Amino acid sequence: MTRTFLGMPVTAPPGVGHLRGAEPFPSAARRGLADPQLRRNLGHATKTIRAKSAGVIGEVPDWQELRAAGSAIKTDVMARLPELLEQLEAKVTAAGGVVHWAADANEANRIVTDLVRATGGSRVIKVKSMATQEIGLNEALEAVGIEPVETDLAELIVQLGDDRPSHILVPAIHRNRAEIREIFLRTMPGVDSTLTDEPAALAAVARRYLRQTFLTTKVAISGANFAVADTGTLAVVESEGNGRMCLTLPETLITVMGIEKVVPTWRDLEVFLQLLPRASTGERMNPYTSMWTGVTPGDGPQAFHLVLLDNGRSAVLADEVGRQALHCIRCSACLNVCPVYERTGGHAYGSVYPGPIGAVLSPQLTGVADNSSLPYASSLCGACYDACPVKINIPELLVHLRDQAPHPRGEATAMAAAAYTMNRPRLYQAAQRAVRLSRLAGRRGRGIPPPLDGWTASRDLPDPPAQTFRDWWATR
Amino acid sequence: MRIALFVTCLADTMFPEAAKATVTLLERLGHEVVFPTEQTCCGQMHVNTGYQRDALPLVRRHVRTFDPYDVIVAPSGSCVGSVRHQHAMVASRAGDRRLASRAESVAGRTYELSELLVDVLGVTDVGAYYPHRVTYHPTCHSLRMLRVGDRPLRLLREVRGLDLVELPAADQCCGFGGTFAVKNADTSTAMLADKMHHVLSTGADVCTAGDSSCLMHIGGGLSRLRSGVRTVHLAEILASTEHSETAGDRGAVRP
Repeated sequence: MTRTFLGMPVTAPPGVGHLRGAEPFPSAARRGLADPQLRRNLGHATKTIRAKSAGVIGEVPDWQELRAAGSAIKTDVMARLPELLEQLEAKVTAAGGVVHWAADANEANRIVTDLVRATGGSRVIKVKSMATQEIGLNEALEAVGIEPVETDLAELIVQLGDDRPSHILVPAIHRNRAEIREIFLRTMPGVDSTLTDEPAALAAVARRYLRQTFLTTKVAISGANFAVADTGTLAVVESEGNGRMCLTLPETLITVMGIEKVVPTWRDLEVFLQLLPRASTGERMNPYTSMWTGVTPGDGPQAFHLVLLDNGRSAVLADEVGRQALHCIRCSACLNVCPVYERTGGHAYGSVYPGPIGAVLSPQLTGVADNSSLPYASSLCGACYDACPVKINIPELLVHLRDQAPHPRGEATAMAAAAYTMNRPRLYQAAQRAVRLSRLAGRRGRGIPPPLDGWTASRDLPDPPAQTFRDWWATR
Repeated sequence: MRIALFVTCLADTMFPEAAKATVTLLERLGHEVVFPTEQTCCGQMHVNTGYQRDALPLVRRHVRTFDPYDVIVAPSGSCVGSVRHQHAMVASRAGDRRLASRAESVAGRTYELSELLVDVLGVTDVGAYYPHRVTYHPTCHSLRMLRVGDRPLRLLREVRGLDLVELPAADQCCGFGGTFAVKNADTSTAMLADKMHHVLSTGADVCTAGDSSCLMHIGGGLSRLRSGVRTVHLAEILASTEHSETAGDRGAVRP
């Protein structure tokens, strides 16, 4: 496709996909905070995975060097992304694949639906993929009468429950066994009410349901964890093996991949395939790593399409500080260590990308104005930065994006006034005395005006001291 | 040694006991403490809330005020973190490279209290006496921005009479986060509830930390619950002796 491109890269368009929430984070968070089931599930799951991950990371003597290598490879990729993508395109094409360039979600959805329609199929099987969730591909397919079937167990639970994913790796982390049983009973044909909520029983009915679908569906859609520019190889890592079924059984395979997923050489995978499972699921190695290069006659899908998705990524790349968010390998380690995510759950973030990485990625993909509460959805505790296997400095990014976010007028005025006062020691001292003498706040601070009353809803304010430090110093 | 006190605006205005204790302690150890009166606020609140342009004059003021001193100390991990990790950044983003390099130089001479004591002054036994059951909360910025590690615990272990009890899930954020506590008050409170649960589970009488801000948050919650557990800055514990007034007579929050 040729385009005349002028000006700055554009952000992801509104009205399609799942990058924008319906309400700001603080109010969306209240639902999760008040949900005891969600709090218990998340508290248990994140604690378990933190311990598991810490254990296997502790076994790797050069973990810090691996992180540095992962970060360096991604920095290099971002510095020469156009060149690497063109190299990837050439290699994939030479190996019998077809490469499509999609500027945004609408274009990607149109390309994929047209490709599926051209096969004559009315159903597709899907490998778990964040990119297709991001662009709302399932809705686009359904709109033209094509049925998408999610084959990742957790993603299937989300789909059958007419729900939204709440974790990058474990999309149904907010559901418990009883809820999953109820969803399966309601939506899977041929499941009877003797089904128990034992995990093995639930997995067995899902397996039966999916096996039939695998054997009778001719088109699969996947995302990609990595694409190797110098060989044209795509890679998907997973735990269940359902992804491999999709990648090998159908006649046609369509892969939708964010343009940031490319790595220069095969050897670079050595770094990421060590980093990803340990940071992500807390495994030494993920159970299934599938790799394919174009098409192989007589083996696997005979038609392969690669859709390279921008959808705001070029705009992120244009921001010198913000671009490190594109280094993300979707391991979700930052979610699992985040005290905010652990308590609010993923839906509070509105976007398919929740947690700390979502708080810095979603606002950049959409433009900060459309997700302006997300950069503030963090106490800046820094646990995410320590956990990130490619060393994305998420706190730095949050602060950077807060600086770009539109500010409430009252707050901006107060901040300017505070800065003015603090830059004038005598005025500053007068303000300190006002704090001390006023006691306007009343007993323990109750009665202070909004938005500051958010403090006193759950916390007493200290009484101002009789004397400031500097007054004491002056009298000693 | 001549040490400049970077008092921090919060300790100056709301928690002078922590700052006074820092002075008392350092003088007791034989050092000279000076207080440059031109200092006000490091600008962290502005930077962290998205107002870097407003923070710039405060960064300039801070750098100008502290540039003449060889050793600078603050009773706060968070404010030292801002000086080390934000000041040069704010200056460079504003295009002031000279200020950025001066800020880096000042940052290199600025220490959080436990760093100063252990690394610069080489002491862990500061001669303190504090006969209370105490648990220590490592604040996020001291833990992850400054990497103070176990320095505060090494100092506390040498305090006579002090019964140090380990805080479960200590590395978890208390939920303060500056304006986060107000902008996301519900989430902040949920984090605070878990922190208080862990503090109360230790049976400690006192929860201590190196930051008055986090202690204001934890202490505000403990006070609201009428839990009877007080929050006391690390400096106040280290400054306490058998004859001192600061042997824990003032909590962060008084009923």
